[in-house]
Amino acid sequence: MSAHTSMGLDNRKMAFWAFIGSECLLFGSLISTYLVYKGKSVVGPYPPEILNIPFTSVSTFDLLMSSLMMVLALAAVQRGDLKWGKIWLFSTALLGLVFLGGQVLEFTEFVHKGLTIGTNLFGCTFFVLTGTHGAHVTVGVLWLLTLWVRALQGKLGRANAMTVEITGLYWHFVDVVWIVIFTVVYLIQ
Amino acid sequence: MSHARGGGLKSWLTTTDHKRIGLLYFWTALAFFLIGGIEALFIRVQLAQPNSHVVSAETYNQLFTMHGTTMVFLALMPLGASFFNYMVPLQIGARDVAFPRLNAFSYWVFLFGGLLLNASWFAGPLFHAGMLNVAPDGGWFGYANLTERQYSPGPNIDFWLLGLQILGISSLAAGFNFIVTILNMRAPGMKMMRLPAFTWMTLVTQFLIITAFPVITVGLAFLMFDRFFGTHFYVREAGATPLLWQHLFWLFGHPEVYILILPAMGVVSDVLPTFSRKPLFGYTVVVYSGVLIGLMSWGVWSHHMFAVGLGPIADSVFAATTMLIAVPTGVKIFNWIATLWGGDIRGTTALHFAVGFIAMFIIGGLSGVTHASPPADLQQTDTYYVVAHIHYVFFGGTIFGLFAGIYYWWPKMSGRLLDERLGKIHFWLQFIGMNLAFFPMHLIGLLGMPRRVYTYAPELGVGALNLVSTTGAFLIALSILIFLVNLWRSRTHGQPAPNDPWGGATLEWSVSSPPPVYNFSVIPTVTSRLPRWRTERHGPMQDPPATPPEPIHVPGGSWWPMVAAFALPVLALAPLTQTLWIAFAGVALLITGVYGWAFEPFEV
Repeated sequence: MSAHTSMGLDNRKMAFWAFIGSECLLFGSLISTYLVYKGKSVVGPYPPEILNIPFTSVSTFDLLMSSLMMVLALAAVQRGDLKWGKIWLFSTALLGLVFLGGQVLEFTEFVHKGLTIGTNLFGCTFFVLTGTHGAHVTVGVLWLLTLWVRALQGKLGRANAMTVEITGLYWHFVDVVWIVIFTVVYLIQ
Repeated sequence: MSHARGGGLKSWLTTTDHKRIGLLYFWTALAFFLIGGIEALFIRVQLAQPNSHVVSAETYNQLFTMHGTTMVFLALMPLGASFFNYMVPLQIGARDVAFPRLNAFSYWVFLFGGLLLNASWFAGPLFHAGMLNVAPDGGWFGYANLTERQYSPGPNIDFWLLGLQILGISSLAAGFNFIVTILNMRAPGMKMMRLPAFTWMTLVTQFLIITAFPVITVGLAFLMFDRFFGTHFYVREAGATPLLWQHLFWLFGHPEVYILILPAMGVVSDVLPTFSRKPLFGYTVVVYSGVLIGLMSWGVWSHHMFAVGLGPIADSVFAATTMLIAVPTGVKIFNWIATLWGGDIRGTTALHFAVGFIAMFIIGGLSGVTHASPPADLQQTDTYYVVAHIHYVFFGGTIFGLFAGIYYWWPKMSGRLLDERLGKIHFWLQFIGMNLAFFPMHLIGLLGMPRRVYTYAPELGVGALNLVSTTGAFLIALSILIFLVNLWRSRTHGQPAPNDPWGGATLEWSVSSPPPVYNFSVIPTVTSRLPRWRTERHGPMQDPPATPPEPIHVPGGSWWPMVAAFALPVLALAPLTQTLWIAFAGVALLITGVYGWAFEPFEV
């Protein structure tokens, strides 16, 4: 797999960078739509009545910490330390799960407060944007748990460091997207 | 070894060989091209005379929608993909693409997406409607809010949007694959500025694909949510603007135009030098023009929306960028002509098509520049003038370019030469046919006939012109028939093709026709841009030996790409039929496919 390449970069890693570039356009379109429709809802509830910044700040912090865990996981796998590799991979996935739990709680609360996906333009754009992000986190958690299980089976050695690195690329990207969403949707109202 | 490729259905269904996948793309795209062509013939029969009732207005809407959608997504793009698959690894001196299984996945997703779209013709009874009633009918551009559930209650638009979502995944996966292949899998010495022009244009096309398709994906996802889950992304009453769709669609749609034309430009840039026995004039400029076209294609989308009334500033900016993008295109045209100039020209069928491409594309380009000006465009919008323009670029341009590629590369792909005499009959019939079919549309449009309307009154005075156009369409059909005969005859009557029937300069001609499964017995070392030609500083390269000096590992086949790809139409059936368990079945299939794929022992 990591045979000689013309640019000296692993094939999978290069493909992943291209994929991330593509994903930027995906989230870019979603975020632009959110901004274009900002303040255009004709009925409430409106963002200030709904968004709970302290709560989401905590889940944002949680996701940021998961990125730290991811870095540690990669470092452990790269130095062949399977024990800590397992621990950090699991912690990353766990923090991802906590974030998803937070999103479920948040969505449920919003629905109770009268904001569904069909209520107004805020509901449409908010749920589709954050839902798409949540779907990405879900895929990431499944991916991390898969690696963790492989590690438990003892099949995740130093030879698989590139796999972990690419998982990390994905995870950090999803994290960065959240920072943008948190800023655009929550902080700048 | 060439006899190691083995036959049998299984070997084709599980293949990960880029050459076989290229052939699968070729035959599938050809089949869809014929379907799209038959749809066009129905349209032309209906329009041959005023007040005609060969088909109903409803059927007509489905015909032109499916004609456009089929030609763009199921015929032209995949025919281009067929050459990307077959030729790019050969041209860069690689044994396969970077991700052979992902390549197979792209093909199967394309096939299933195309089948899903076309199944709509026959799916009527499932939705308590007749046959030929539920095919997409909102135009290939699917303007919201006409496509909202309120105005399009049937499953027609559902088929369209789900089909396009699936096809987008195919193009994206292929995009990542070919970017990595071209950047990372080049033979030693094959620097970027030594890549054949076709490979360069493929690379630009892939970058356009991976950036443009996410945008339409989002646009379609919004439409899907509006239609199935009660959102209001394009609903005016909720404060939304249907213009959002137009922006998202054309942000994708204009790069898409270049996704369709750049591969054809690449083919022509390879064919002309071979048959003029001269290097491509201004190779560097041609390459940079292609890159520039790719970049600029992102800044012109609103010229599709002049009639919307975006205001003088937006209109002026987009008019200027649109006129500007004609510059690199014009540069390429001059380079192609200069390549021919003073060359030792051999008038093969492939060269006929390449020169036909230049001529027709100039006409299409010029009419394109006329709608770059908003006041002129306002007269032309939604008339047959625009239909004339796009057919000169896509038929006169892309299809002529792709046929040049077929006549040029088919001997390499099949091992048999196509008949040159039939080929030239095909060319001339198609050339005359297309001008008869599409040139009158300029006049029909300027005389005021709107497009997408199923009939017209005799008083409009365009009856005779329409009849000419219909005659032209049937001439095209005849020419395609001759092409099919030629293709079929070549299997048994075609002369066996040597390694290099044309004296080409690029690496694909250094191996047998068709190439062995491993492509190159020894990976070549490239020392010049024209490796197989004698240049001032370099002698021609030595072709790789016929038998490999040491055993070569060839990746085996895999079922998993097809399993994963099959999950997508299953997932699409869930909303179409409003059945939840199908969604779960689709997810289960997808997970099975992905995990089977990830954990299967497979050595590239």
